[in-house]
Amino acid sequence: MARSVTQQRKAINTAVAWAVGLLIFFPILWTILTSFKTEAQAINDPPLFLFFDWTLENYAVVQERSDYMRFLWNSIIIAGGSTILGIIIAVPAAWSMAFVPSKRTKDILLWMLSTKMLPAVGVLYPIYLVFIRLGLLDTRIGLVVVLMLINLPIIIWMLYTYFKEIPGEILEAARMDGATLKEEILYVLTPMAVPGIASTLLLNIILAWNEAFWTLNLTAAKAAPLTAFIASYSSPEGLFYAKLSAASTMAIAPILILGWFSQKQLVRGLTFGAVK
Amino acid sequence: MYLKNAFGAAATVSLLMTSSAIAETITIATVNNGDMIRMQGLTDDFTAKTGHEVEWVTLEENVLRQRVTTDITTKGGQFDIMTIGMYETPIWGKNGWLVPLNDLPADYDVDDILPAMRGGLSYDDTLYAAPFYGESSMIMYRTDLMEKAGLEMPEAPTWAFVANAARAMTDKDNEIYGICLRGKAGWGENMAFLTATSNAFGARWFDENWTAQFDSEEWATTLNFYIDLLNDAGPPGASNNGFNENLSLFQQGKCGMWIDATVAASFVTNPDDSTVADKVDFALAPDTGLDRRSNWLWAWALAIPAGTQKEGAAKEFIQWATSKEYIELVAENEGWANVPPGARTSLYENPNYKAVPFSEMTLKSILSADPLNPTVDAVPYVGVQFVAIPEFAGIASQVGQEFSAALAGQQTAEEALAKAQALTSEEMEAAGY
Repeated sequence: MARSVTQQRKAINTAVAWAVGLLIFFPILWTILTSFKTEAQAINDPPLFLFFDWTLENYAVVQERSDYMRFLWNSIIIAGGSTILGIIIAVPAAWSMAFVPSKRTKDILLWMLSTKMLPAVGVLYPIYLVFIRLGLLDTRIGLVVVLMLINLPIIIWMLYTYFKEIPGEILEAARMDGATLKEEILYVLTPMAVPGIASTLLLNIILAWNEAFWTLNLTAAKAAPLTAFIASYSSPEGLFYAKLSAASTMAIAPILILGWFSQKQLVRGLTFGAVK
Repeated sequence: MYLKNAFGAAATVSLLMTSSAIAETITIATVNNGDMIRMQGLTDDFTAKTGHEVEWVTLEENVLRQRVTTDITTKGGQFDIMTIGMYETPIWGKNGWLVPLNDLPADYDVDDILPAMRGGLSYDDTLYAAPFYGESSMIMYRTDLMEKAGLEMPEAPTWAFVANAARAMTDKDNEIYGICLRGKAGWGENMAFLTATSNAFGARWFDENWTAQFDSEEWATTLNFYIDLLNDAGPPGASNNGFNENLSLFQQGKCGMWIDATVAASFVTNPDDSTVADKVDFALAPDTGLDRRSNWLWAWALAIPAGTQKEGAAKEFIQWATSKEYIELVAENEGWANVPPGARTSLYENPNYKAVPFSEMTLKSILSADPLNPTVDAVPYVGVQFVAIPEFAGIASQVGQEFSAALAGQQTAEEALAKAQALTSEEMEAAGY
């Protein structure tokens, strides 16, 4: 009897999990479906779900109109570059906060996070002026630096949380064996925190990939990533939903595939240390 | 011999320098709409004629506005040409941020630009942006539903007729709504429509001393009329509807009338997208007998930011893109229905274009809007559906939210007007008016 209840509960849990999962995924699924419709089908009432004449026309139009590869390449460099640079800075920072904290460590952590509480537009003009002065407007290096700075508090916070789970005694043992600080971080701490670092890396790539304020405001023709590619298909005066959906699908496809293949790592990292 | 070689080398170097000075790559920021996309597709013609290459930055209208405003106010120099509208042009021209376009060659025929467009894109009689295409607003209506209601649409109807017809056409059980109008909050959304409509009712944003006028009888009449009409004969959720939502409703046969941009005429008459393409006709935006109609005036125009290093090439592009020859190039490639409308007088004298069903009403609508004298009573500002001052966009966005909330039934029209009056007065005082 007890076994059958468990089975039933399991089935309900699975159904609820699938329902919630589908609900969350539905906007993306709808975007993908719309990208295969004509513009007239895209606004059809009642909405068409699966039974319509599937067409690749929107993808052909988008390919013809835009240099997708240039936008994609910029996105890869900007998202990848800012994340790697952020990790390089954040690992030693999080190490010091986790293992050699000072009286002010907690305050510093909170202060870092407070920079995320200001609306980005509040600092648009100062940053724009600095970029003009440094010649960084519409450059990939400029965006790498800005996105790294924006995501740095989150990277440090995440790594700090993971590092706190690692027993300090292990690092102490390494030090007693004569490991230098660099060796301790590189060969002892980092391998132990690989799941945490990997999930931080992935999450930050996703955040940087989707960042649509700075990437639109600090670029023009050369360094514009996929967010600008999507923005070029949005229009308040004209129904181009199918083309916009095709552009959006092309923009999210790489990150969706990356997320799909690394979901195990991502989940493992995000739940790292959750159960002791 | 030595001298000859030196001369030869010098000539080669100067030729190289000259050719590199001639062939430039210009960056153009523009919006995503049909006419602009067609222009991008025809850029090869410009490159073949001048040698200049073009890099396009296409953005959604509101993103573009923020992007180019940031760049021009900080002298960022990211763009050699910006696509801007009638709102920005006189303000930016006044501030010296744009290169004056007063030295265009005779064969460009600047006098051919429609006077209303030229007036709206000038400051102090100097043209600062060349219109690529222009639009007004007009009534698009279903001939079959109008006939069924036993009415006949005059060419220049009054609001009383439109309201009566809208109520008569409405059949909510069958999802037919007599009138679709903008309700979505935004200075370019519901406030563009309501500001233009208020002109017909004798209202105005400010009196000659820059005092806000939302506490006037005329504004109360305008807003109550609009809310009552949409409640009786509009689609459900009208407070969320902008241009695209209403276009979608109209194309699916759910609107009896729709008052919006003239550019929509080509969409609703296109049988590929519209289910009612063969049942649509057009009329001027309504009035109330006060000598002002409810139509607006807008142009997307090309302007050169002051300080660009490529002013010469940018001017050549503007001459090419806004010329009579460009219109013919589009007609040759895409047909006369797809040429950019509303910019040049000669287009409306062309017999090929006269055959396009909505061309005549578009021209009449454009000609009936006067940005320099938009209201019944005198005003200190320029602009039909906006007030050409830098503070307007911010103020109108807030007022638009109040009016949209009133349409949604969250507050009364009187409450919305009182809040609009208070916030406008406060903002204007803070701005030093």
